[in-house]
Amino acid sequence: MEVRHIALVILLILFSCKENISDYTNIPDKKVPKVIDYNFDVRPILSDKCFNCHGPDANKRAADLRLDTEEGAYKTLKDNKNKHVIISGKPDKSEVMFRITTKDTSKVMPPKETNLKLSEYEKKVIKKWIEQGARYQKHWAFVTPTKPKLPEVKNDEWVINEIDYFILNKIENIGLQPNLKAKKERLLKRVAFDLIGLPPSIELQNEFLNDTSVNAYENVVDKLLASKHYGEKMANHWLDVARYADSHGYQDDGARTMWPWRDWVIHAFNENYPYDKFVTWQLAGDLLPQKNMEAILATGFNRNHKITQEGGVIDEEYRIEYVTDRTNTFGKAFLGLTFECAKCHDHKYDPISQKDYFKTFAFFDKVPEKGLVGTIGNFADPPYITINDTLIKEKLSFINKKSTHDVRVMVMEDSVGIRTTHVLERGAYDGKGEIVEFDTPKAILEFDKNKFESNRLGLAKWLLNKQNPLASRVYVNRVWQDIFGIGIVNTPGDFGMQGDLPSHFELLNWLAIDFQENDWNIKRLLKQIVTSATYTQSTIVNSKKLEVDPENIYLSRMHRTRLNAEMIRDHVLASSSLLNDEIGGPSVRPYQPDNLWAAASSRRGLLAQYIQDHGDKLYRRGIYTFIKRTVLPPVQTTFDAATRDQCEVKRHSTSTPLQALIMLNGPTVLESSRVLSEKLNEEDSSLEQKIEKAFQLIVCRNIKPEEKDILLKYYEDQRGVFTANPENASSFIDVGEYPISKNRDDIKVASLMQIIHTMYNMEETIMKS
Amino acid sequence: MDKEFFEHRLNINRRHFLGKMAMGVGGAALGSLLIPNLFKGSKATNTELPLGIKHFASKAKRIIMLTQNGAPSQLESFDFKPKLREMFGEDLPDSIRQGQRLTGMTANQKSFPLVGSKFDFKQHGKSATWVSDLFPNIAKITDDICVIKSMHTDAINHDPALTFLQTGAQQGNRPSMGSWFSYGLGNENKNLPAFCVLLSKGSGNGQGVYSKLWSNGFLDSTHQGVQLSASEDPILYLNNPKGMDKAQRKKMLDHLAELNNLGYSEFGDPEIHSKIKQYEMAFRMQTAVPEITDLSKEPAYITEMYGADSMIPGTYASNCLLARKLSESGVRFVQLYHQGWDQHQNLIRDMPKQAKDVDQASAALITDLKQRGLLDETLVIWGGEFGRTNYCQGKLTKDNYGRDHHPRAFSIFMAGGGVKAGMSYGETDEFGYNIIENPVHIHDLHATILHLMGLDHEKLTYKHLGRRFRLTDVHGHVVKDILA
Repeated sequence: MEVRHIALVILLILFSCKENISDYTNIPDKKVPKVIDYNFDVRPILSDKCFNCHGPDANKRAADLRLDTEEGAYKTLKDNKNKHVIISGKPDKSEVMFRITTKDTSKVMPPKETNLKLSEYEKKVIKKWIEQGARYQKHWAFVTPTKPKLPEVKNDEWVINEIDYFILNKIENIGLQPNLKAKKERLLKRVAFDLIGLPPSIELQNEFLNDTSVNAYENVVDKLLASKHYGEKMANHWLDVARYADSHGYQDDGARTMWPWRDWVIHAFNENYPYDKFVTWQLAGDLLPQKNMEAILATGFNRNHKITQEGGVIDEEYRIEYVTDRTNTFGKAFLGLTFECAKCHDHKYDPISQKDYFKTFAFFDKVPEKGLVGTIGNFADPPYITINDTLIKEKLSFINKKSTHDVRVMVMEDSVGIRTTHVLERGAYDGKGEIVEFDTPKAILEFDKNKFESNRLGLAKWLLNKQNPLASRVYVNRVWQDIFGIGIVNTPGDFGMQGDLPSHFELLNWLAIDFQENDWNIKRLLKQIVTSATYTQSTIVNSKKLEVDPENIYLSRMHRTRLNAEMIRDHVLASSSLLNDEIGGPSVRPYQPDNLWAAASSRRGLLAQYIQDHGDKLYRRGIYTFIKRTVLPPVQTTFDAATRDQCEVKRHSTSTPLQALIMLNGPTVLESSRVLSEKLNEEDSSLEQKIEKAFQLIVCRNIKPEEKDILLKYYEDQRGVFTANPENASSFIDVGEYPISKNRDDIKVASLMQIIHTMYNMEETIMKS
Repeated sequence: MDKEFFEHRLNINRRHFLGKMAMGVGGAALGSLLIPNLFKGSKATNTELPLGIKHFASKAKRIIMLTQNGAPSQLESFDFKPKLREMFGEDLPDSIRQGQRLTGMTANQKSFPLVGSKFDFKQHGKSATWVSDLFPNIAKITDDICVIKSMHTDAINHDPALTFLQTGAQQGNRPSMGSWFSYGLGNENKNLPAFCVLLSKGSGNGQGVYSKLWSNGFLDSTHQGVQLSASEDPILYLNNPKGMDKAQRKKMLDHLAELNNLGYSEFGDPEIHSKIKQYEMAFRMQTAVPEITDLSKEPAYITEMYGADSMIPGTYASNCLLARKLSESGVRFVQLYHQGWDQHQNLIRDMPKQAKDVDQASAALITDLKQRGLLDETLVIWGGEFGRTNYCQGKLTKDNYGRDHHPRAFSIFMAGGGVKAGMSYGETDEFGYNIIENPVHIHDLHATILHLMGLDHEKLTYKHLGRRFRLTDVHGHVVKDILA
């Protein structure tokens, strides 16, 4: 009991300072900066602790006081005209200082009932800021960036390209040194997964290891960027953003056929469409001056949201829900803002009023659609296009349609004058208020009606206008996040006041402008990142780095990150040679316990039962796995795949015992182990060579002697075990539907399979190191 | 590897981890789930697991939620309205309906003929609680339960209403109640998930369930509900492959750990150790979970109490018995769903079957917990996502009627965990249409459940996308009247 009490006490201590521990501002010896910066030092405090009641939301504003504007903060008090909230340069005369430092619990701010508290550090910052003049600045994200100069660095030999100046400058400022280059084989695995989502083949590994030329790495990068699998890798994240799924998502959750849109996304990335074109087509491909079937297909982006087929719903309630989803997705995916917070009331932190929300909403509100069209069995609700073989032949050759049946794909369409858009009071579908016209939040960029059409095409032009402070920064940040594991802004869906500040503000601006200046060229951006010294350094960590920068915010080493759900599957299939590397087409249903769908279904519709596919459909890449929204693919979900319920811009990366069970007992890993074992056993090579080759395929590097030693001994042990129990060998290798190899020796296959299966379970196997 | 340096790194990691833990008390549980021996080597060497910390003292430690999916009719279960029988076939007065919205299924009906329960009601126990004859076993335990007859919700259709009941929001990917408890209080058992989900189906009109109902939302996926299915593999891929026994599996894990340790000496990444620990936990789960899900060793008097169905895996009765075992083993939140309660038509035919599926086992679960002295620390909640209309959907005859969705008033009951026993709370009008006394909104129910578990619904928050989210959003009041 005593021991337990100690632990409890420790936890109590931790808990009692819960609000502050994770907060860097509470580090006791943290020094208040010499010059206080409003955006980086003060605003995060005010936003987090004060704006809820004294911020932009006019309806919730207490004491008629707002602290988010200079005008509001300099005012006199509502009930005492002799006192000012803040007097520039005079903290002692500013009511704010009194309120945040007073011991009087009836007067202290934030009030006790908010459960919020200012730390000593935070109070000091505010005091010093007032002393220095209490100057306000516009929130960084709403200011159009300018291209900064490259910072100075000492160790310029390390630098490869511009990115490295920004990174190294900060590393040097905190007294660290960057790492040296990663070992070639590790670098190759890393870059292959980052660019094509697949492991490097043995041929590529050997070619790269033997290529001693200066351009060896760059050549590999170019090769990967030109691979047809590049588009699949890039689509992986975009499908999360676009909340892509193969079912409608509510109640009976019937099937839909949006996969031709997915084929387009892969095609667009492979063709390296500039980001502005890629986005414009998805937002407004139906409104281009010239009718363009491909661009119309691209607008399927905004029909990927959930659609109800529940009988008895109120039509308008759901139609509003769909428009809401598009508006919120627009905010999060392209602007990195939490628009959804402004649907029911003015945004509490960011300058987006409820009226702004519905003005933006208006762009997506003119679709000739209904909340409820039909009950289960409807694959596509109007508006949709019908894709037949002729259309594919003539215009959409990238669509991988296997059957001769036509496919209906939902797309966007505007019907001018179809309806007026209203502010909806409290966000309720039937709370129709004032009528509003097309517009966007002014704080981001004025929507100049002379320049931009009053429709989604105009909205896309507004978004991608070079003066728009967000579009480019939001996208380069996500590309960065996809590669490094964390973004320069670690809240990729919230660049607003409550989001994290950028770790490298100038780098973010530089990348964003450089991206625009180079015609939004995505492949170029990726190449720039993966050829930098920052990216190509090793992941090795030492005690000093762990002490100074435990979370590696300053990138004095490369992050070690886990492969995502789809990559794990793809890696297992590719390394065992099972992968069917066909591009595009309808979604497939790989192995999955068949009771999962049935147990949760209403027994109605095509998706009431899971009907597993067979043959080569079992071995397709993870992005083609059928996504039924109400019962997600269990393996991918366990490895943190997105739910596709709404737009997602960031996945968790957890490690749990349930993941271990999948790697240990799941049929795909076992089957791949069996098939690879069979293949290697058919080869004319020694046992050592077989193990070396398997290791190179799976871990993507040469095996170390001590590793080989462990595995060889384990093999001999297993061979003994299986020889003593041959029936166990036969059962063990009886896994998966892939045809068995001729004349196989069960005991040899089982023993090597065990070794291979162990390799698949190694920690390093599913890591980018 | 330099030992001191090695230790130093471990310490850094430990500190780092504790720092992260401040995000929520559940961090402690997260640590215990993933890295059971995390605290080993620190001064507080501890073989027992650190528990999550409550905001204040309370009796309830665990929850078993018996969600009756599809919405059972309150008018045939707990809310007795003789007036509706008297007014059989008469139209619902406008003064009662007050222009409230109806679903698309009955909004266009020309009339709204009132219909009373076909089934008789009686008062039971010292508490004189009204229960219909469809629930004879629940009728016997009325002095152990608290019936709330004044529940109301915002949603009028199944999907949003069920999502609202489970997550506190009709739309959006919010964490389920069980995930909030896993996050807030952690787990008591290091070999089982903190939040388990069990599904069953009745023969009535079903509505399906959705995995988003047990989603972790924006919380870490370690707080996700783990569905235990009635198959050989109760947890996804729990069983070893054919031809591999426990000893061989153990041997494989030992070799794996050896290889992974070599990786650690190269990278120094503490995550490698946590990975080794997860594999160990997976291995322990392989023993612990089948032991729990094996109901064959339960004594006869127990299985008889839950009914014959309790021996058929995947039935509601079997899930209730399993829920008791899981809860008894320390699973924080056991969530059951029983489908088939959507009696738009043929209520007289279908509702008795649904009631029969759940009546005996629901009562047995409460009695069983009580006999074991666990009812005080276990909160049991029974109910659906909304209620049903007092008027008939479709054609009304003497022998057949159905009821549409009614969000404005419905009944649920709770037992144990610090709830007043033998109580009926709240009243509806004589038409059973509007609440006239002590309304309890879904947000209030959530606030009360959190309170019973020792958590302040305004303090259990998670910061996501710049906002501190709560199960109760910005609403909810604890219903103090029903606290024991």
